[in-house]
Amino acid sequence: MKVPDRVLLAHGGGGHLTRRLVEELFLPALHNEHLATLTDSAVLPELPPGRPALTTDAFVVDPPIFAGGDLGGLSICGTVNDLAMSGARPMWLTWALILEEGADGELLETCVRGAASAAEEAGITVVAGDTKVVPRGKGDGLFAVTAGFGVVPPDRDLSDVHIAPRDAVLVSGPIGDHGATVLAHRHDLLSTGLRSDCAPLGGLIDQLLESGAKVKALHDPTRGGVVTVCHEVAGRSGAKVVIDETAVPVRREVTGVCDLLGLDPLALACEGRVLAWVAAEDADRALRALRSHPLGTDAAIIGRMEEADAGSPPVVMKTRIGGERPLDLLSGLDLPRIC
Amino acid sequence: MSESPYKDPAAMAGILETLRAEADKLERRVTLMEVCGTHTHSVAGAGLRRLMPSKVRLISGPGCPVCVTPVDYLDRALALAAQPNTVICTFGDLMRVPSSTVNLERARAEGARIEIVYSPRDALDFARANPDHNVIFLAVGFETTVPTVAGALAEAEHDGVPNFMLLPGNKTMPQVMRVLVDDPELEVDGFLLPGHVSVITGWRLFEFLSDEFKVSGVVAGFMPTDVAQGVLALVRQAADGRAEIENVYGRAVSAEGNTHARDLVDRYFEASDEVWRGFGTVPGSGLGLRRDFDHRNAALIEVEVSDPAEPVGCRCGDVLRGVIDPPECPLFDAGCDPDSAIGACMVSSEGTCAAWYRHERWAGEVGS
Repeated sequence: MKVPDRVLLAHGGGGHLTRRLVEELFLPALHNEHLATLTDSAVLPELPPGRPALTTDAFVVDPPIFAGGDLGGLSICGTVNDLAMSGARPMWLTWALILEEGADGELLETCVRGAASAAEEAGITVVAGDTKVVPRGKGDGLFAVTAGFGVVPPDRDLSDVHIAPRDAVLVSGPIGDHGATVLAHRHDLLSTGLRSDCAPLGGLIDQLLESGAKVKALHDPTRGGVVTVCHEVAGRSGAKVVIDETAVPVRREVTGVCDLLGLDPLALACEGRVLAWVAAEDADRALRALRSHPLGTDAAIIGRMEEADAGSPPVVMKTRIGGERPLDLLSGLDLPRIC
Repeated sequence: MSESPYKDPAAMAGILETLRAEADKLERRVTLMEVCGTHTHSVAGAGLRRLMPSKVRLISGPGCPVCVTPVDYLDRALALAAQPNTVICTFGDLMRVPSSTVNLERARAEGARIEIVYSPRDALDFARANPDHNVIFLAVGFETTVPTVAGALAEAEHDGVPNFMLLPGNKTMPQVMRVLVDDPELEVDGFLLPGHVSVITGWRLFEFLSDEFKVSGVVAGFMPTDVAQGVLALVRQAADGRAEIENVYGRAVSAEGNTHARDLVDRYFEASDEVWRGFGTVPGSGLGLRRDFDHRNAALIEVEVSDPAEPVGCRCGDVLRGVIDPPECPLFDAGCDPDSAIGACMVSSEGTCAAWYRHERWAGEVGS
């Protein structure tokens, strides 16, 4: 494979260089019969039974390469996970890259390879793509935009409206790893030992949904973290989320980075975790199902739903020392504190 | 995933039990004030206020550096940001603090060069990397922060980085606390003294509180059990009728503090009269740049700044003096919230109003 050392405007011009980039980098990495036709649109086989699910997402992470992943792999995982949260089996994905003139060819190759291996792991096919190059200074190295398509099998029906008081809240593993890793990179916090949790969750979700536990809804706590998802769920279900601080798995390294930068792990992004709302009587069964999958070994029951009452906050945390505090949505960006 | 002993529920339960027993001995309700934003944050974050015995009222004083930064400081920063070839470097908290006009966040969106940094050192690096720009660091913060500013100045002087400047706005605690204890409106029985500040100053600096004003003070750390222990020590003093300065943060704070850091600060800064939001000018409560370093002083750059306009109805000043709790301000959660802060106390996560808004507003508890 011949990868250019620098991205040139001509790589997005539609001419010779564009063609070479596609034929020598994208096609070999993402190879499949639909992409290989290089036609204007991918014409795909008939769908299996079920309801179609469609999602779209954009990825602009800085830095584009971080411990445990890269922007390419992240863009595939993020899209696949959004499909999986509605119970959909991921099928096809489109992948568009916006490159900045002068971007490092090695970065591009890393991200393409990251995307290819994530797609393979997730069992999704990249059936269409596009590349644009913007002049130097008009972008930030590399952005990716995706659309993901899947089908929700007829026996699956996940929705926040099913959530009721007493339901258990589970998380599939330690929270905040991705957000803390990216922040640590950005602030040159060396040797934290942190790695992004970025991973495709389809297999884990299948295992959970096939365990027989009555799963009401699933969410991936990406941007805005666990606290944001809890607020959305409280809003849509009309019930109150009560989180138990002692039960929430957070790595020591993540707590460390958060303490240094003045941030809250509950508001940090995860890219390979799922929050599951499960009927109370099935909580242990769901926990076992999650823990028996390699991506869910540290799963935990972190809280439960309660009746909402007027004048009380929608999301509450029982603190470690026996206090209680409402968890609020972030206002703007979570700005670092001075001291 | 192991946990700090300072968050241990069993240890906490023990302290709280003792605290309740001691509070039972009190003849009346006592008011204790913390004067450090990180204490405000810890109290709210751990849900401590609701664990306090009914005879203990915890209030917040002027401990959030962003909140006490006056409007005209922001006005000047904005005027400087509008100068050609100028980059403003600031801690993130200041970005949303209201000025007379727009805040820094908005000014940046409109094209001003404003960078968020985590340390003055980052601003210095920025100056090195952009030699054709004046890089002005907005120096706010208390005794804890100012040694890092002095460190960056020392490096800039030593390495000859001519384009690194400061807009001095650093403040020190003792003088404003003197104003507080002199305020007839305020009835504070004791101070939870700032642990981080005391690491630098040493706890002995606060002895004037007990010596001159017969007010107690306890230096405490920031983990939940630290804060509870500080409160316990203050309640014990109140129950015994004592007024002393104690230190329950011995693992970090000594009587004399960090003399090396203070020497470094003294090399570059001298006491100055400083305006505090809510207090006006407090003599000797600021740190101005020494005249030898005029070439680093962005306050000497001539820019046009009109008279500062304080937001109408905002009672940040009364909140900072501890005269009212945030819900008593007519704007609290009625036009002023973290998304559209009117008063500075709502902006920083350490601000008293922001902490109340996030953590306490549901409790409907107005201490008095």
